[in-house]
Amino acid sequence: MSDERKIRVLVAKPGLDGHDRGAKVIASAFRDAGFEVVYTGLHQTPEMIVNAAIQEDVDVVAMSVLSGAHMTLFPRVKALLDELGADHILLTGGGIIPENDVADLELEGIGRLFGPGTSTSDAIAYVKEWFSTTDDA
Amino acid sequence: MKSKRPVPGHQVLLQGFLEGSVRGLARAISVVENERDGFQDLLHTVMTSGPQTKRVGFTGPPGAGKSSIVAAVATAYRGLEEHLGIVAVDPTSPYSGGALLGDRIRMNDIATDPGIFIRSMATRGSLGGLATATKEVVDLMDSFGFDRVLVETVGVGQTELEVTAAADTVVVVLVPESGDAIQAMKAGLMEVADIFVVNKADRPGAPRLVKELRQALHLRSGRALRDIPAHHGVDLGKAMKLERVSDASEQEGEEWAVPVLTTNALTGEGVDKLLETVEAHRRWLVESGELGVLRRARSGIRIRDVVDREMRRVAWNSERVNGLLTQGVEEIALGRGTPYSAADNILRALLRQRA
Amino acid sequence: MSTIERDILKRTDLEKALRQSELEVTDLRARLAEWEDRYDALPKRDAPFSTVSGREVKPLYTELDHSPADKPIGYPGMYPFTRGPYATMYRTRLWTMRQFAGFATAEETNQRYKYLLEHGQTGLSVAFDFPTLMGYDSDHERSLGEVGVCGVAVSSLADMERLFEDIPLDRVSVSMTINGPAIILFCFYVAAAEKQGVDVSELRGTVQNDILKEYQAQHAWIYPPEPALRLIVDMFEWCSANTPKYNPISISGYHIREAGATAAEELAFTLRNGFEYVERGIARGLDVDSFAPRLSFFFDVHNDFFEEIAKLRAARRIWARGMKEKYGAKNPDSWRLRTHCQTAGVTLTAQQPENNIVRVAYQAMAAALGGTQSLHTNSMDETLALPTEKAVRIALRTQQILAHESGVALTIDPLAGSHYVEALTDELEEDAVGLFEEIDEMGGVVPGIEQGWFQQEIANSAMRQQREVESGDRVTVGVNSFTEGSSDVEIEMLRIDPEVEKRQVASMSDMRAGRDDEVVRVTLAALTEGCRSKENLVPLILDCVRGYCTLYEIRAAMEEVFGSYKEPVFF
Repeated sequence: MSDERKIRVLVAKPGLDGHDRGAKVIASAFRDAGFEVVYTGLHQTPEMIVNAAIQEDVDVVAMSVLSGAHMTLFPRVKALLDELGADHILLTGGGIIPENDVADLELEGIGRLFGPGTSTSDAIAYVKEWFSTTDDA
Repeated sequence: MKSKRPVPGHQVLLQGFLEGSVRGLARAISVVENERDGFQDLLHTVMTSGPQTKRVGFTGPPGAGKSSIVAAVATAYRGLEEHLGIVAVDPTSPYSGGALLGDRIRMNDIATDPGIFIRSMATRGSLGGLATATKEVVDLMDSFGFDRVLVETVGVGQTELEVTAAADTVVVVLVPESGDAIQAMKAGLMEVADIFVVNKADRPGAPRLVKELRQALHLRSGRALRDIPAHHGVDLGKAMKLERVSDASEQEGEEWAVPVLTTNALTGEGVDKLLETVEAHRRWLVESGELGVLRRARSGIRIRDVVDREMRRVAWNSERVNGLLTQGVEEIALGRGTPYSAADNILRALLRQRA
Repeated sequence: MSTIERDILKRTDLEKALRQSELEVTDLRARLAEWEDRYDALPKRDAPFSTVSGREVKPLYTELDHSPADKPIGYPGMYPFTRGPYATMYRTRLWTMRQFAGFATAEETNQRYKYLLEHGQTGLSVAFDFPTLMGYDSDHERSLGEVGVCGVAVSSLADMERLFEDIPLDRVSVSMTINGPAIILFCFYVAAAEKQGVDVSELRGTVQNDILKEYQAQHAWIYPPEPALRLIVDMFEWCSANTPKYNPISISGYHIREAGATAAEELAFTLRNGFEYVERGIARGLDVDSFAPRLSFFFDVHNDFFEEIAKLRAARRIWARGMKEKYGAKNPDSWRLRTHCQTAGVTLTAQQPENNIVRVAYQAMAAALGGTQSLHTNSMDETLALPTEKAVRIALRTQQILAHESGVALTIDPLAGSHYVEALTDELEEDAVGLFEEIDEMGGVVPGIEQGWFQQEIANSAMRQQREVESGDRVTVGVNSFTEGSSDVEIEMLRIDPEVEKRQVASMSDMRAGRDDEVVRVTLAALTEGCRSKENLVPLILDCVRGYCTLYEIRAAMEEVFGSYKEPVFF
């Protein structure tokens, strides 16, 4: 019965790498910031992620990619979200992503990507800020 | 890049929902869960046809493997070409108000099946865990046209008892590590279970737990569902006993004997038997008339829940009431009143306002 | 003198000695108290006086903090091996400088290996790409975008042959980092050696093959724990008979630590996993001394210099005691813990990456002082992307400077007797024993994994460390302090050409076209059948491999019987 709508975030770990320390830390930090975090576990395909995002009606999809496959995975998830009419969902994330690639991905409509050593509070602030600019708050 | 999230009006939303769009259902659930404007109208419209779907609840202590059981059961129902809705409830952190909803991890094998819709929910503020909103989400899924809705809840404290209010058949999942039958009784699990499942049955201690549960159930001799303690002011047990006298008198004596099954969700052992037993319980519910009893009791609870919620909303959204609250606080401070006199003033004002 | 008299005399001697030592202790305490008064009277810096693992550290350690009497440190190469696994340590041979490398296709990695061997590296270490680590072929749909990106793609014997072309496998020791499908990659390796005409009993090297820590931390699993453990014991059995110089496992704390565990958790979980493998081998009916001497270890070397040194010393002692006293091993080689070390990737920072050279150097020094047998030093740019040749060379030079210029290799276990290091060694051992008890209470390692206990412990420790850095309580140079210049990163980066995936997929289809499909069918069917029995699976997998069955085909043939592992919920 709160007036303030909860922010729902899907924290996803696409691809085959199993390094989920970052995903778990950010999922816990998001929870501690009052978000409702849907965590889907490891080894997700883009189809699984988008399917979950739509069913769970999340506001944000945050992906952690440390495998170097970011140039394949982020655009693929973005394309599927758009295709299924879920282009209002913010796609953001983090991982080992070189700056040039970050710039290229931003041009494709992907939100901010956080590199190694990012403070979780930066990511939280970014999501809150983005959320406050949507009509649906 | 930040395209605005579409906020469909009631009609647009309803249309998407009625057309069977997954997005429409997902959005409708959010509208109900967040109690957005018009959510009551939405529910009213979609619920007019009454309950159709079979509802199975799964509960039990943390770590019992509920999600794995739900995933295994869902896979089996998909084999029978049933369309399924799944609601998985996890607790909201009392400190931050946030929640980590991790049940999908267990359901990855079925996550992309177009015949299955999974929704994770947080308990948010609700005391019992399974909030009114969750029951409303189950209703939404019901009217969306799923053949069956599976509800999985965190099994702590009062929650188990609340599952009954959303499900026709309640499966209580235990593991040898979750303690002995005495603990299960203390936790109130005996009262809500239509079926007991001892999962991870290959573990030491499983046969003992099965035996203890059977003994405990025998002592209760099928009194499950009858003595459910008061909930939101409604004594479900009493309500049902009353109904029994008027509606189901000819079924008296034909009690449902709560079975204790064993499974291993990871290997799928025992899942077929569980499905059969759920079907048997369904037949019993229908043939004994118990289903009607249950649905009546559920309606009673829902009406009260909705009235409670609406009264609170009307009260605390009213400027006049909030004015009276401030006034009452002052009066108490000055020694001219008590919380009771202030509340009395508020209630009188409310009744006048609505009359 | 009667016995009684002798006893009385003994007792008086003893009492005298006791009184003497009591006097000494009292004297020590008095002097310590005097110092403490001075210490308390003076101002202190505002900083956390605790290790990165959260261990409180006292301002001063004295002989009162450790008791050599009940924990004899002994001598190097002698039980309980606190001071080192070998009597001569670096006086006979320096540690093996082994840099982990692999990227793109087998041909390209083969070129890199030759470069490394020419530059003085003494062992090879294969990094596989994620599809290979998970048992997927390069042309499997789930491999999309990941082929050859974080390591080399090896999907069949053909790839393994190309990987070691012109590198004689009887003359170089090769370590392979692979776990879930380890037994398959090992068979590729054995078959590649056969093709070179090498006697497989001469093979030296290590395959990581440590599945327990995969469930706990690293997450490259395929099968559930029980069948996965069976495969490992099959390897123990086969290797002890056929490749006696090869290590069929490297029991690894590295990934546990990188995932966020503390030093004590890394130590305890790793050793407990090691004991679990020993128990499984014994349960199979193997003589403990037939396989235990080939068990090897792999630890992380993190930032806290002394704690890391103490961790390695404690590890050797705990292992030796367990093997001798609990598992009844008779051969001293079974008691001897030999380990590889790698500097901690998680300590590298993206900000001011050149600083990482310094971090790596200190960590490498801790590894050498802790008595490691081989070492990988991380490259400064690894947190940003795959390391460049230059960065890899600097990392190797760091080891060479350490070995040849710093003097740390001159004498054995030079920190022995340091009050602080000995006290830390004792403390870490006690912590580990406490954690062993917790694990045993849960019913052992596998129930602990299934209940998510390890995962939860590690996640909690990771969260604590993250909070310390974010709150600024713990200084990370260039990240939360001394950040000037953090933004001007000028590091050249190695990028994997997307053409690599296409080339690899094309070579897979050529290989498939050239093989005998009937052999493939028959050997895979025999393997599936073998999984249902108790037969040792190594010979059956070797048959598949020699017939050019692919990684995924072999994985799937076993999965049919074993099923797949499902990640437990950990929140």
